[in-house]
Amino acid sequence: MSKSTKDHMGRPIVVVTGIGIVTSVGEGKEDNWRNLTSGVSGVRRISRFPTDELRTQIAGTISWEGGGRFCGPAHSLALAKKSASEAIEQSSIGSKSSFPGPMFVAVSPAETNWDQRMNIYGHNSDAKGRGYDRLIRNVASGDFAHYFSLYQFGSIAEHLADKFGTRGQPISLTTACASGATSVQLGVEAIRRGDTDAALCIGTDGEICEEMVVRFNLLSALSTHNEDPQGASKPFSKTRDGFVMAEGSATLVLESYDSANARGAKILGVVRGTGERADSFHRTRSKPDGSAIIETITRSMADAGMSPAEIDYINAHGTSTPENDKMEYLALSAALGSDLDGTPISSNKSMIGHTLSAAGTIEAAISLMTIHAGVIPPTINCHEQDPNILMDVVPNIKKEQTVNAVMSNSFGFGGQNVCLIFSSEPA
Amino acid sequence: MSTKRSEVWVTGIGLVSSLGEGVDTHWAQLTSGNTPVPSVDNANQAPYSVHPIVDFDISAQIPKRSDQRQMGRWQHLGTYAAGLALDDAGIAHDPELLAATNMIVAAGGGERDIDVDTTIMEQISEADNPGVLLNAALNTELRPTLFLAQLSNLMAGNISIVHGVTDSSRTFMGEETAGVTAIETAVAQIQHGQGELFLVGGAYIAERADMIMLMEFGHTLWQGEHGPVWSREDQGGGMIMGSAGAFLILESREHAEARGAKPYARIKSIVSDRCNRQPGAARNVADRLLEEIADQIPAGPLPVLSGCPGVQPQLGEEHEFLDALSEKGIEPAIRAVSTIFGNTLEAQFPVSVVLASLAISRGAFYDPFDNSGVEQAFTGKPEQILISTWGHWRGECLALVDTPDVPLRGEA
Repeated sequence: MSKSTKDHMGRPIVVVTGIGIVTSVGEGKEDNWRNLTSGVSGVRRISRFPTDELRTQIAGTISWEGGGRFCGPAHSLALAKKSASEAIEQSSIGSKSSFPGPMFVAVSPAETNWDQRMNIYGHNSDAKGRGYDRLIRNVASGDFAHYFSLYQFGSIAEHLADKFGTRGQPISLTTACASGATSVQLGVEAIRRGDTDAALCIGTDGEICEEMVVRFNLLSALSTHNEDPQGASKPFSKTRDGFVMAEGSATLVLESYDSANARGAKILGVVRGTGERADSFHRTRSKPDGSAIIETITRSMADAGMSPAEIDYINAHGTSTPENDKMEYLALSAALGSDLDGTPISSNKSMIGHTLSAAGTIEAAISLMTIHAGVIPPTINCHEQDPNILMDVVPNIKKEQTVNAVMSNSFGFGGQNVCLIFSSEPA
Repeated sequence: MSTKRSEVWVTGIGLVSSLGEGVDTHWAQLTSGNTPVPSVDNANQAPYSVHPIVDFDISAQIPKRSDQRQMGRWQHLGTYAAGLALDDAGIAHDPELLAATNMIVAAGGGERDIDVDTTIMEQISEADNPGVLLNAALNTELRPTLFLAQLSNLMAGNISIVHGVTDSSRTFMGEETAGVTAIETAVAQIQHGQGELFLVGGAYIAERADMIMLMEFGHTLWQGEHGPVWSREDQGGGMIMGSAGAFLILESREHAEARGAKPYARIKSIVSDRCNRQPGAARNVADRLLEEIADQIPAGPLPVLSGCPGVQPQLGEEHEFLDALSEKGIEPAIRAVSTIFGNTLEAQFPVSVVLASLAISRGAFYDPFDNSGVEQAFTGKPEQILISTWGHWRGECLALVDTPDVPLRGEA
């Protein structure tokens, strides 16, 4: 029996053996990497629905390929299938329809879109009653049975489980904009427990609709630079005015180091550590002193058994909202101290937009690709950096540099904070 | 290679349902010696029956008006029930313990504003340019607080803000399965030293037109007067949804003993899986799950809490599965939780774990929930209780809750 390989805390080492990604800048790793290192933006004017009267009219949408009327969960599902297929194919684990481990899927909470609602409402023009009485009566006809398996909160994960043959009950999760990172965390924890040798961690979000835009507008969270879509997402810039919603999906195949080695799999990187600390200050804002985020970051380094000096690059949450970018800088300064000086940090969201539930997984995938390539994707649209944010944000042009360890931050509404650390080799 | 697993104790319970609030109220109604009487509203959502949530004094657990205004009924209920559990476990208002409390919430979404939706539907249904009109209407009618009240992870967020629970915070979705995987994950984390103290649970409000529509997509609801779930078996089946908030404090034995917390019960095993629900498939999964824990179940009388939602053909399959326990020498005393509570969806498994833990700590089991003949009396002290929770669409789970070898809550 071969000797088992453990991390600094005596736990199984968790590695990545498969990556899949689809974003507003491309489909698949190659496309994405080429565009992300070239500074290409995937943000455009929204064409899926009329944008008249909307304060924000831009987003990083991905074309709906389902035919007929747009359906959010079906779009998220289609994107997840693409990224998961790519990741599983790369890892060559299991077989096409039998993945030998559990699945953790970060998804947007299921909601019936207005298009569907109005379709149901108008289904039977003789229908009596108002509002939901009429909707329910029309639905009870059975003519919308195909919606049932799409609009359950567990729908996307269950359909993915059917397709990829993952083990056990799939877990659908949401921690708002930290969801994708939480999916990786859960996979890491399952492997460290020895519950499984492999886990499929997916983040997906393809649900941009009128109501989502209006909701985030009401919170003044979105950029309104409608006249210049590709320049709208400008993390760390002095003139940043909000994030740009986007769609996408990424998947990581996680495995124990021993299991990956035993089957001769190519190891793409190591998940060295994860950190989390919930904030109790406010529904949409961090504690002013940043303590919850700071602790999230320090916990991730403690979990990884790494010091700030060992972090070569930070993949920022970097949403481009005035609040986030300021707080992220404050927290990083406190957590990394003088080691933050000279450590490059960039925001993929400057090009992709903010993929909400999928962002943590997408940025985990890009973090691993950064290690592999030794090239750091830039923060585009950074022509006038916020003078109060004193970091090397890799403005506009990629940077070639050996990267052995990456920190990836994710912060979400509801006080959700997760930090992941990836490295090239086990310690 | 693997180290000894920690025992997982239930050291706190927060329960609010259609029957009432708190464990004592529930215990009294479910062990009175007579068939318990469910609380049913046949009128407001007709032709559907629901079990409405009892009135609860929000300010007792959510004192700030500013917090109350940021939530809808669903988040009120969950935050309230979570507060009851934290109080019950002696964790509430203890900053050190709260900062070390991990949280997994099983959540759907918060309620839509039915009036707003109705107004918008009427405004745009006859319009020539419905898309533009929709945008204008959404701009006018929506409110920031409404969005936050609808966000699934904001039940956990509100629990952090109102009660100060601030270690890890995860929200699982997926109807009944969310409740199962939330507790299953917390148990696994405690067993393997990935956390010692967890707040876990969920809440569901049944009297919601938006959720009735969602369930009626699949034509899964029972129409007409309430009847026990077993009585619906030969009438095509159907769910009656129920309101409940159910939260538990789960704790490693070591952690509980160190702070002098007594358990209600111990969570011995949870096993779960899924299938595509072809006829017979769920039964096969349950049979397989039973094999995994069969060596832990001695022959003889066994109290069983079944969460069967009521949808056919799974209702019949679960009934057959439970009957077949007798082939292993087990004499099940079944209680269909949804007969009394309705299907409380994300809260369904947490409610069952609460009821099982309460029965273990009180040293007795519940009266039969109906007089269908399916549910047999159980006399004496239950040593362990089997929980069977099948989702209305996906997911099958079995769990065993048993008696730790220490004095229990309520014992000397």
